[in-house]
Amino acid sequence: MHGVGRMVTRRAAQLVPVMIIATFVVFALVFLMPGDPAVTLAGDFATEERIMEIRALYGFDQPFIVQYGRWLWNALQFDLGHSLFSNEEVSTLILMRLPHTLLLVFYALILGAVTGIPLGILAATRQGTRLDKAITSLASLGVAVPNFWLGIILVSAFALDWRLFPATGAVSVFEDPLQAIYYATLPAVALSTNVTAVLTRQVRSALLEVLSAQYIRTLRAKGLRPQAVLWRHGLRNIAATILTVAGLQFNLLFSSAVIVESVYAVPGVGSLISYSALNKDFPVVQGVALVLVVLVICVNLLVDVFNSILDPRVAAST
Amino acid sequence: MTDLNANPKTMTGSAGAATPAASRPQGFSFWRWMRSDTRAALALTYLAVLVLAAILAPFIAPYSPTEQNVMNMLAEPTAEHWLGTDDLGRDTLTRLMYGAGNALYAAGLAVGVAVLIGVPVGVFIGFVGGWIDEVVSRVIDAVLAFPPIVLAVAITGALGIGLTNAMLAVGFAFAPYLARTMRAQTLVVKGALYVDAAVGFGASRFHLIRKHILPNAIQPVIVEVTLLLAVALLAEAGLSFLSLGVQAPEASWGGMLARAYSYIEIAPAQMYAPGFAILFTALAFNALGESIRVLLDPTVKKI
Repeated sequence: MHGVGRMVTRRAAQLVPVMIIATFVVFALVFLMPGDPAVTLAGDFATEERIMEIRALYGFDQPFIVQYGRWLWNALQFDLGHSLFSNEEVSTLILMRLPHTLLLVFYALILGAVTGIPLGILAATRQGTRLDKAITSLASLGVAVPNFWLGIILVSAFALDWRLFPATGAVSVFEDPLQAIYYATLPAVALSTNVTAVLTRQVRSALLEVLSAQYIRTLRAKGLRPQAVLWRHGLRNIAATILTVAGLQFNLLFSSAVIVESVYAVPGVGSLISYSALNKDFPVVQGVALVLVVLVICVNLLVDVFNSILDPRVAAST
Repeated sequence: MTDLNANPKTMTGSAGAATPAASRPQGFSFWRWMRSDTRAALALTYLAVLVLAAILAPFIAPYSPTEQNVMNMLAEPTAEHWLGTDDLGRDTLTRLMYGAGNALYAAGLAVGVAVLIGVPVGVFIGFVGGWIDEVVSRVIDAVLAFPPIVLAVAITGALGIGLTNAMLAVGFAFAPYLARTMRAQTLVVKGALYVDAAVGFGASRFHLIRKHILPNAIQPVIVEVTLLLAVALLAEAGLSFLSLGVQAPEASWGGMLARAYSYIEIAPAQMYAPGFAILFTALAFNALGESIRVLLDPTVKKI
């Protein structure tokens, strides 16, 4: 455990500059705007007062580094400004919507894990057979299919034709957890194909590598049952791979959620950021990007910690 | 094939004996590659047809992509309209062909931007090392922490909505992936004996990078670039679906799906053609990428 503790401190220390740079990227987005950002942000029919107000809000009249410092200081207190349209606080908007997105992302991760891991094991243990070929082809399909199109097809089949699931909408997980899961099922399935496909491939190739190792040959030679070799020695060694892949997919699922949420009219942060980008509601866009990147960085740290607990070699190497 | 796969050693052994060209790029024969890999040949043929359809669309498309016909809206496939018409009576096959141009342009632009930023940055930091490498690597980590579409949407929101801006944004979001690969490869090549030898002969830094490091480190990047084309294509479709990419009335596969979805209860058939176009194109890029991976490194096990 000593190694793990040291590893966590070191990784956390490495994450501080990454976090600072990420927040800077979010802040600097404003400067990509053509022309005077205050005028752009104020919209087409802005009064001179409104422009001055925005200039003061962002501190555009201050030196660059002061602007960033002030913005970061406010962000640390979860003050992300106000929506330019509804005038609601950005932090409130995000807090209201984040649970919907997190439900979809975790639901899709779980669906991807319960399908992808067994498929990967099956393909690896039947390597070269027709079943293996079928599974790997399915995985190729899984990474190439547009999630939002799959979403549309699922709506058409399961909601409109067979009326098994609601077509669109969402229920808050705090109000009625079962209904929330029911409503989230179709979008989560649409999101999960990538996770399934990538996990299948990675589990398959990691397991093949482990199973061809010398010590596995020794275990087999001394007469250990194949099932015991697989479960006790094979799978334990690919746990870190599974966790790392799941961590990366956590990031990519937010990407897909941006588009899939709008198919299912889920009021999550994904539809919030795309809607706000269309309407030039830039404080909201920045707020969502900031919250998501911080979330991803924290999850990356968690994955590293779990990995080093699972596999002491990881802790020793970093 | 099945038996060979069961024993990777035999596979690479016999493959190496049968096609020595695979391990020696100078003996590379395009036709031999195509014959040995049916999937890649299929993918390349499909992409060639797609490129031709996109280029020749103004000449061979049966209708104008923006010509509306209120008398024939959301039609089923007929002899006049092979794939039917959309909600404004525009010919779906025509819009599919024009959409191909936008899809390929988008994928090329995004990946081009990613290469132009990612490759030089990766080689440079890998080559010089030290604190510059340390700092830039943290920047790469930071950009990689953003969900790519979230970053692309945010940048598009700032730059202004439209296909070119959206794809510049996607390219920027992809660049760190290439930079990371390129950096790692540069580190490997930098340690090779022939680079030491070149340094011993007094080669300049520029000469080293251009003649030794870049050609030897670029191979995995070529594979990654091909695979990224598929991801960029999917990103374009998604962003156009949200109307952040291609703007109406221009045709895009993602945009067509958005319209088809609005009328899904009246004309469900309209949702298939653009979706399959996206799926097949992404599959083709991926198949090509995997094939190039095997071609460049025959010891790699096929996945």
